[in-house]
Amino acid sequence: MADYEIPEITGEDGITDVPKLVPDTMKGSGPWISAPKFQEPMHFASEIEQDEDGNWTLIPNWKEVALEKMDDLRTRYRSFQLYLDICVKCGACTDKCHYYLGTTDPKNMPVARQDLLRKVYRRYFTFAGKYFPKLVGATDLTEEVIDDWYNYYHQCSQCRRCSVFCPYGIDTAEISMAAREILNHIGRGQKYCTQIMEKVYKIGNNLGLPEPALADTLEGLEEDVFDETGVDVKFPLDKVGSDILLITPSADFFAEPHVDGLMGYGKVFHELGLDYTLSSYASEGANFGMFIGSYENMRKISMRIRKAAIDLKVKRIVFGECGHAWRVAYSFLNTLAGPFDFLDPNYPVPQHVLEITWPALRDGKLNIDKSRNDDMTLTFHDSCNIARGTNMGDKPGGQFDIPRNVIKAVCNNYVDMAADTTHDATFCCGGGGGILTDDLMEVRVKGAQPRMEALKNVTDQHGVTHMAAICAICKSQFTKVIPYYGFTMDQIVSVHQLVSSALVLTGQLTEEEIEARDAAEEAERIAAMEARKKAAEEKKAAEEAAKGKED
Amino acid sequence: MNALGIIFGLLFWVATIVIIVGIIYKVRIYWKTPAPLKIPTMPAPRTTGGVVFRMFREVAFFQSLFRSDKLLWVFAIMFHYALALVLLRHTRYFTDTINSVVLFLQPFGMYGSFIMVAGLAALLARRFIIDRVRYISAPSDFLMLVLLLAIGLSGIMMKFVSHTDITLVKSFFMSLRTFNFDGWYLPGDPILLLHLSAVALLMLIFPISKLMHAPGIFFSPTRNQVDNSREKRHIAPWAAELDEQGVDYLHELKK
Repeated sequence: MADYEIPEITGEDGITDVPKLVPDTMKGSGPWISAPKFQEPMHFASEIEQDEDGNWTLIPNWKEVALEKMDDLRTRYRSFQLYLDICVKCGACTDKCHYYLGTTDPKNMPVARQDLLRKVYRRYFTFAGKYFPKLVGATDLTEEVIDDWYNYYHQCSQCRRCSVFCPYGIDTAEISMAAREILNHIGRGQKYCTQIMEKVYKIGNNLGLPEPALADTLEGLEEDVFDETGVDVKFPLDKVGSDILLITPSADFFAEPHVDGLMGYGKVFHELGLDYTLSSYASEGANFGMFIGSYENMRKISMRIRKAAIDLKVKRIVFGECGHAWRVAYSFLNTLAGPFDFLDPNYPVPQHVLEITWPALRDGKLNIDKSRNDDMTLTFHDSCNIARGTNMGDKPGGQFDIPRNVIKAVCNNYVDMAADTTHDATFCCGGGGGILTDDLMEVRVKGAQPRMEALKNVTDQHGVTHMAAICAICKSQFTKVIPYYGFTMDQIVSVHQLVSSALVLTGQLTEEEIEARDAAEEAERIAAMEARKKAAEEKKAAEEAAKGKED
Repeated sequence: MNALGIIFGLLFWVATIVIIVGIIYKVRIYWKTPAPLKIPTMPAPRTTGGVVFRMFREVAFFQSLFRSDKLLWVFAIMFHYALALVLLRHTRYFTDTINSVVLFLQPFGMYGSFIMVAGLAALLARRFIIDRVRYISAPSDFLMLVLLLAIGLSGIMMKFVSHTDITLVKSFFMSLRTFNFDGWYLPGDPILLLHLSAVALLMLIFPISKLMHAPGIFFSPTRNQVDNSREKRHIAPWAAELDEQGVDYLHELKK
């Protein structure tokens, strides 16, 4: 299936053993480089050229610009300055990264990943590094160093598991974002991210789905729900004056199992009588500006949500199931696009859809038939950005409890994975942080190992059949990589998909009624066809008779 | 007054100024540099009081390290707590009257030095034995431990093996404070001189080395931020400038 070795999983205790390090196993040229036409709309450096073999140059004065940008960033981000200074190299983080565990490449240990940049920072910006470079491991900035940055900072999903375990909270994501921002400005952007963000600017979402296509898709969803339930559940688009603006990752509009989640949100809103709308202008919850460390572009994308909320005259903003989108929403949106004083102050801005579904379930406002999910035994994958970057509800830890409460309220069979792989110690799916691209398949497959190990454990020991997730990237990543580990792609489900299948809508037809309805429709269709056939035959006979007379 | 006394007197004066001014300079940078985004590692406290308690658990008990690596946590606690004891015990050489707490701690401080050295030795051994830790260690990471070991071992030597004239040493440090040059006198005891040189060197490199982790942790945004982003708008001055001027990119800002 692949020209590299797939890590083995045992399922014994759900924990991946710490491997011996093997240098350079993941040495490479990194993901596809962003061409000038994708750099320009981001306001990134674009004076780069491609040689006959397809290799891109850096910008002419790359070294100077890189050092200037590094200097600039350390005055803007305390995290960057502080974390470069205070690491004591204790090694506590060295066995915490899923990419290290899955690849054994020492440069994937969080501290070593930081050191790729720290050694340059020391060389140019610290006393010790200027005068005693060998002593403190400082090195000059060369093209080889840039290549290492580009390669290894794209083997970090910015999941922040290392930061949980660091005694000073040093967050490799902050370093990796800063590194990518420096690279953006010397002509070494990442094509996957810049290309997608350009689509957001031009069309409104990562997929480049224009308004008519979106309207068409939503209409199709309405038909699907009607066919399944006999209830007219609406998926409104650009409905001015709605109470709620629903922002969801665009993958929810068509990818599996994402779309089943979107149907779930629609049904919950319908059943609770909530007046909501989607926006074609801000038809994207994702914000890849975070991944590439670009505050400006992250802010520009967030501003679309503000504009949509104003234009549609809504009172609340609700986000669908997406990990980094929820981090940008919960933790950054108020900073980037606030203040939201024009919205209803009785609700937090923004809210997560689970913050609507859970209270409704808890208070018995939704008619649930848990047995409809009895064909599954569930486990839950805490998405890294939600677990370590956000909260839900008003108590710390709501981001762990609320999704689990919802799953348990709609399913009878639920099992947690090993404690060292859940809650704030959760392992990333392996595809977050701008890594979810085909040119990084090896990184993605190997990085998924620790989660796969934990999943195999509950599969073998507790008969788990499905893993639920609340992140578009997790869902896409898992459906793609779990077959490498002997699972099947339909084992990944959306949390609101589970809600959707257990929820009995008011006026929903039973299976028999749907069968009867479908049978009646079928009979009607057949009768109409017969009638047409008969009419045609009669017409033909009459014509022939007339023809016979003529003859 | 003797030559050694003058050399070491000046050395300690310089080292004291460097460590104080250096730390203030660095801390000022950390203080002034904004954290433009809310990035606490969740779950995080919802109140300032909660953040103070979280920070206290980190600083006093190394909570995150405990979750991370139990053996390293044991060595780190051994070293840091023993160092704290030893330092407290050493305050007797800088004060006229000896505080009763310090008197009480005297025996603990004396034997604490063994725990400190054992902790340091274990930390050093880790750097050689564990392949991952060896990989991330620069020469300075080994030497820092060697320096601390030299301080600890020379101290133990003077306390338990080859005593130095400690009253002379005390009067040396007391007179450093008052510029009473008569007291700038040190015995030519090699172990004492090694001990003092190593301490002065440690003070000199403190602000330009990873030792800044001690004041630095208090500024770590992942640990010192309150989880209240939805309730309270958090914005850095340079980012607010984008809002004020109504532009998207920093290079579009008018100065």
